[in-house]
Amino acid sequence: MTEIRSEWPLFEVFLRGKRGLNHVHVGSLHAADPQMALRHARDLYTRRNEGVSIWVVAAADITASSPDEKDPFFAPAGDKVYRHPTFYEIPDDVPHM
Amino acid sequence: MTITTEPDLRAHFDETIARDRRIEPRDWMPDKYRATMIRQIAQHAHSEIIGMQPEGNWITRAPSLRRKAILLAKVQDEAGHGMYLYSAAETLGADRADLTDKLISGRQKYSSIFNYPTLTYADVGVIGWLVDGAAICNQVPLCRSSYGPYARAMIRICKEESFHQRQGYELLLTMMRGSQDQREMVQDATNRFWWPSLMMFGPPDDASPNTEQSMAWGVKRHTNDELRQRFVDMTVPQAEKLGVTLPDPELRWNEERGHYDFGPVDWDEFKAVVSGNGPCNAQRATRRKAAHDDGAWVREAAVAHARKTATPLPERIEPAAGDSSD
Amino acid sequence: MTAFTMSGDHDNPYDLLGDDHDDGHRWAFGTGFTDPLEGIDTTVPAGLDASALARYCLALGDDALIYSHRLQQWVTRMPELEEETAIANIALDLLGQARMLLARAGGILGQTEDQLAFFRAEKDFRNVRLAEHADADFAELVGRLLIFSAWRLALFAELSATPDPVLAAIAAKGVNELTYHRDYGAQWVVRLGDGTDLSHDRMQRALGTLWPLAGELFRPDADAPASADPGAVDAVIDTVLAAAGLERPDAAPLAAALGRAGRDGVHTEAMGYILAELQSVARAYPDATW
Repeated sequence: MTEIRSEWPLFEVFLRGKRGLNHVHVGSLHAADPQMALRHARDLYTRRNEGVSIWVVAAADITASSPDEKDPFFAPAGDKVYRHPTFYEIPDDVPHM
Repeated sequence: MTITTEPDLRAHFDETIARDRRIEPRDWMPDKYRATMIRQIAQHAHSEIIGMQPEGNWITRAPSLRRKAILLAKVQDEAGHGMYLYSAAETLGADRADLTDKLISGRQKYSSIFNYPTLTYADVGVIGWLVDGAAICNQVPLCRSSYGPYARAMIRICKEESFHQRQGYELLLTMMRGSQDQREMVQDATNRFWWPSLMMFGPPDDASPNTEQSMAWGVKRHTNDELRQRFVDMTVPQAEKLGVTLPDPELRWNEERGHYDFGPVDWDEFKAVVSGNGPCNAQRATRRKAAHDDGAWVREAAVAHARKTATPLPERIEPAAGDSSD
Repeated sequence: MTAFTMSGDHDNPYDLLGDDHDDGHRWAFGTGFTDPLEGIDTTVPAGLDASALARYCLALGDDALIYSHRLQQWVTRMPELEEETAIANIALDLLGQARMLLARAGGILGQTEDQLAFFRAEKDFRNVRLAEHADADFAELVGRLLIFSAWRLALFAELSATPDPVLAAIAAKGVNELTYHRDYGAQWVVRLGDGTDLSHDRMQRALGTLWPLAGELFRPDADAPASADPGAVDAVIDTVLAAAGLERPDAAPLAAALGRAGRDGVHTEAMGYILAELQSVARAYPDATW
């Protein structure tokens, strides 16, 4: 039986202000679905300002490049935004994780 | 030149710090830097969220509709600040639910000031004046934190916090020009919050073992004592303008030093409060835990509903394996 | 207040501390100035019954004031931090509406918004009993918000064309806010109704508890220049219930006491405690300036 997780996934928020030319990353928030994420972004990052364009993207859907291309220490282009181990879900019964 | 070894990555990190540039989420960083940053940012976030309680205590009883609106908006801002900061911590790989667990279990702390009770409406003004004032002193230097997402969150937060401090001070000015009861209320609140505000800057420098490394890494920009002194120097004239007496008989201007001398802080009380025996520690944690636990069924329902709708979200990130199927 | 100086680079945060261009209007309507209707011509148009208008603005203002009070009690108790900002937003909107409506009534009655809010007796409050209800859980919170907002939005849409220009303006501004509130309630009713078995049960139960309080919203009011069409409000709620997989409760409307209910100053037992809390500090210091 799969237990429903109660944690909401992470969304990244991008805003374009009234006089802005393009969307800018302003932070992240948690929501259960994209519609909820949009509403939360409006509340949290614009304080309900009209005329601000909002994009929300599930963090898991973002593919990011490495800004420092001189580091083959990590996997090449196409890695996730947050590369650190704890961001990835590990089942409970895997030891030493 | 290609960087292939850990010492090279370390050197690159050190150089970034030395040049006062920002470390960003995808940069290499020492494990200790990452752990220290997560802890500092998380405890800052916890402080904002817990801080909603002592102030939220007075929303329903605010004595004018305008004051009520101001206070409600302020507490709403604090929720927002907490979320900006959790968001910054998550860029380091932390998980918000896990941080919440650490807060509730006491493994991570929040600012000790919020373990004191708010007993009168004047406390609302004094918190804006002294507590937000101390927070601003602490936080403005953090706008130049070496970690990019934290620095950017702090710039946003500092801007809003300055409004909060101004509103608190304005309430106190209004009260000091009001009735005798109001003036006594302000003085009483000041008496109760002055010393805890000084404690917000943490233990004295000679009792702070982590300061040196934190300063070397740009995690901390000034020492505890430096910031405490600046806060006192800024606040004494503000108290004089208000017409309240700060409860320290040793407080006096020292012409030689160019600063105010002030009396000894009760570090025993600080230790007791930080270790969980303050007047409100249990109450703050209980409220936070109750909201979180009572809300589980709601959060689960939202997740369940999202799964049933047209665009389900991935629950977990698939491991980047060399799997070429699909 | 002076900030201490530091040598800055191009992103010097100290510059931000001096910024005051928003002038305090930034947070929420009504925090930047003392008189909610400042600068507005508050003459009552000739031919309008001023005391009926005052009574009606008081009724709608009290609804918002008391409802906002109940939402304020949810601060630090919401199921997720993002919901804290959402509910505080709604509480602030309603408080703002209350301030303007009480100021409109007060201008006619010769009282300030604060005198009306803090120094009236319970029997003189005109809010509906739905506004006083303490939500037992999150399901009741969102269900009640759906019902109240759907009704108030339909009403305010009508009032946007009312002869009193001040009430019309308040209603027009409120329409945007109430659309958001109704939407919030509706989305959550659907999530809970069509979420887990547990959330479905709790949502259904909540509706059963709230339904008896809804009838009062549609009682005829001699002072009202407009009213919400019950059919239109029903249609909205039925749409939401269908999407949520919930059933319309059978419950009969809560009876009045000898025909008198909230609008007549006859409230539930909860009202006394609400006012005791709301008015306590103001009443303890009647000579104070806040």
